[in-house]
Amino acid sequence: MKYIDEYRDGQIARGLAAEIARRVTRPWVLMEICGGQTHTLMRFGIDEMLPAGIEMVHGPGCPVCVTSLETIDKAIEIASRPNVTLVSYGDMLRVPGSRTDLFHVRANGGDVRIVYSPTEALKIARANPERHIVFFAVGFETTAPANAMAVWLARREGLKNFSMLASHVLVPPAMRALLSSPRNRVQGFIGPGHVCTVMGYHEYDDLIREFRVPIVVGGFEPVDLLEAILMLVTQLEQGRAEVENQYVRSVCYEGNLPAQKILAEVFEVCDRKWRGIGGIPESGLNIRAEYADFDADKIFQTENVTAEESPECISAEVLQGLKKPVDCAAFAVRCTPENPLGAPMVSSEGACAAYYRYRRHAVAEHGGR
Amino acid sequence: MCLAIPGKILTAEDHNGIRIGRVQFGGITRETCLDFVPEAEVGDYVIVHVGFAISRVDPEEAQKSYELLESMGLLQEELGPETDIS
Repeated sequence: MKYIDEYRDGQIARGLAAEIARRVTRPWVLMEICGGQTHTLMRFGIDEMLPAGIEMVHGPGCPVCVTSLETIDKAIEIASRPNVTLVSYGDMLRVPGSRTDLFHVRANGGDVRIVYSPTEALKIARANPERHIVFFAVGFETTAPANAMAVWLARREGLKNFSMLASHVLVPPAMRALLSSPRNRVQGFIGPGHVCTVMGYHEYDDLIREFRVPIVVGGFEPVDLLEAILMLVTQLEQGRAEVENQYVRSVCYEGNLPAQKILAEVFEVCDRKWRGIGGIPESGLNIRAEYADFDADKIFQTENVTAEESPECISAEVLQGLKKPVDCAAFAVRCTPENPLGAPMVSSEGACAAYYRYRRHAVAEHGGR
Repeated sequence: MCLAIPGKILTAEDHNGIRIGRVQFGGITRETCLDFVPEAEVGDYVIVHVGFAISRVDPEEAQKSYELLESMGLLQEELGPETDIS
C-alpha cells in the first residue's frame, strides 16, 4: 500500500540504524509517547537494531491504558442498566475495572457493542429509538474531533437517545507531568504523529523552553521511527533542544484547523485522573455545558467510588517509562492478554501487550533486556 | 487507538452538509468523513482515523523526505553491511 510499504523498506531502515550508530557517542534515554509507536518498535524489532547506548522507554500514549478505573467502573455500571446499549472501541471491553469488565457485563445479558467509528454509534441510536445509546468515548487529541462530530451531529439531528461518556486525554500536559517528576529519565521524545496531525506542534514550544528536551514528531512505520530517533540523537549529540517534524507527509505546524474547531465547539479542557499516573491538571476534555443533554456523565448519576488497582500490577511505572513490562514478576505468568491484571496488557497499544506478543519467548530464553 | 492509515479517495459527496467519501485501503474501501480535509479531492491520499480523514498526505513533502531516506539506504548498500570506520 502506498505510503506504508516504502516506509517498511529494510534497506532504508538498516541505513538509518547505521547512521544512528555512527552519530552516537554516549548513552541516551528516549521515549515514544504513543502506544502505536511502541507497537511498531516491538513488531519490527527496532529497539534491537539500535546501538546499545540508546534505550527506548515507552510512554503513556495508550488511551485504553490510562482511562481511570473509576471511569471504567462507571461505564460498567451504566452498561448494566436496562434499556441501555453501551458502545465503544473494541479494546475497552476487556479492560479490567475494579471488579469486572464490559465483556462480562455482555456475557451476563448487558447490551454492549463494539464500533469502529463514532458514526456507527449514531447509526445504532437511529435504529433503536426505544433504547438509550451511550458511546463510551476515549482517546487522545487524534480521536476527540471525530467523537466531537458525533455529539454535534446528534444535537443537529435532535437525537434524544444518544449520549457520550467522554474520557479524553491530552498529550502535552502528560509530557509535562513526566518531565516534572524527580524520577524522570527521558532525555528526548518521539512526539505522537497523529495527535500532532490534529493539533500541530506549536504546543510543544513551551515544554522545550522549560525543560530543554528535544521533541521530534514521528510517524508510525519503522522507517519513520528510525528517522525520528536519528533526528533526536543528532540534536542531543549537538546539544540542541528543538521541536522538529519527521512526519511531514501528515503533520504541519498549525495542525488540522477544521478538526480543532469542532473539538473546541463540543469539548472543554478539564483536570483528569490518569490510570497509573494520577491526577494531571488540564489534561482532559469534557463535554461543554451547551451539550449537557448528550453528556452521559450528567444523565446517569453514578456513585463516585475510589477503586484500587491489583497490588501486583506495575503498570503505573510502565506507563511513566520507569520500568519495562519484563520487570514485572507477573508478566506472562499471572498477567496475560486473556487474563490481564492491568490495562497495558489489554490494548494492542499497551506496552505489556506488545512485549507479550513479540518478546515473551526472547524474554524466557535470555532473561529480558 | 491513534492508529490511522493512508487511503485513496475514490468518491466525495455532500450528505446533509457533511462531506462523505469512499476511501480505498489496499483491497478494501470504507465510507469516510472528509469534513476535516476540505482541500482533499478525489485521487488524493488521506490519513484516516476512526472513519474520519484527519490529513491530506502531502505528496511533495512525502517525495522529498523519501528521496533523502532512500539516498541514505543506498549509501549503506554501497558501503556494505559492516561499515565500522570509527
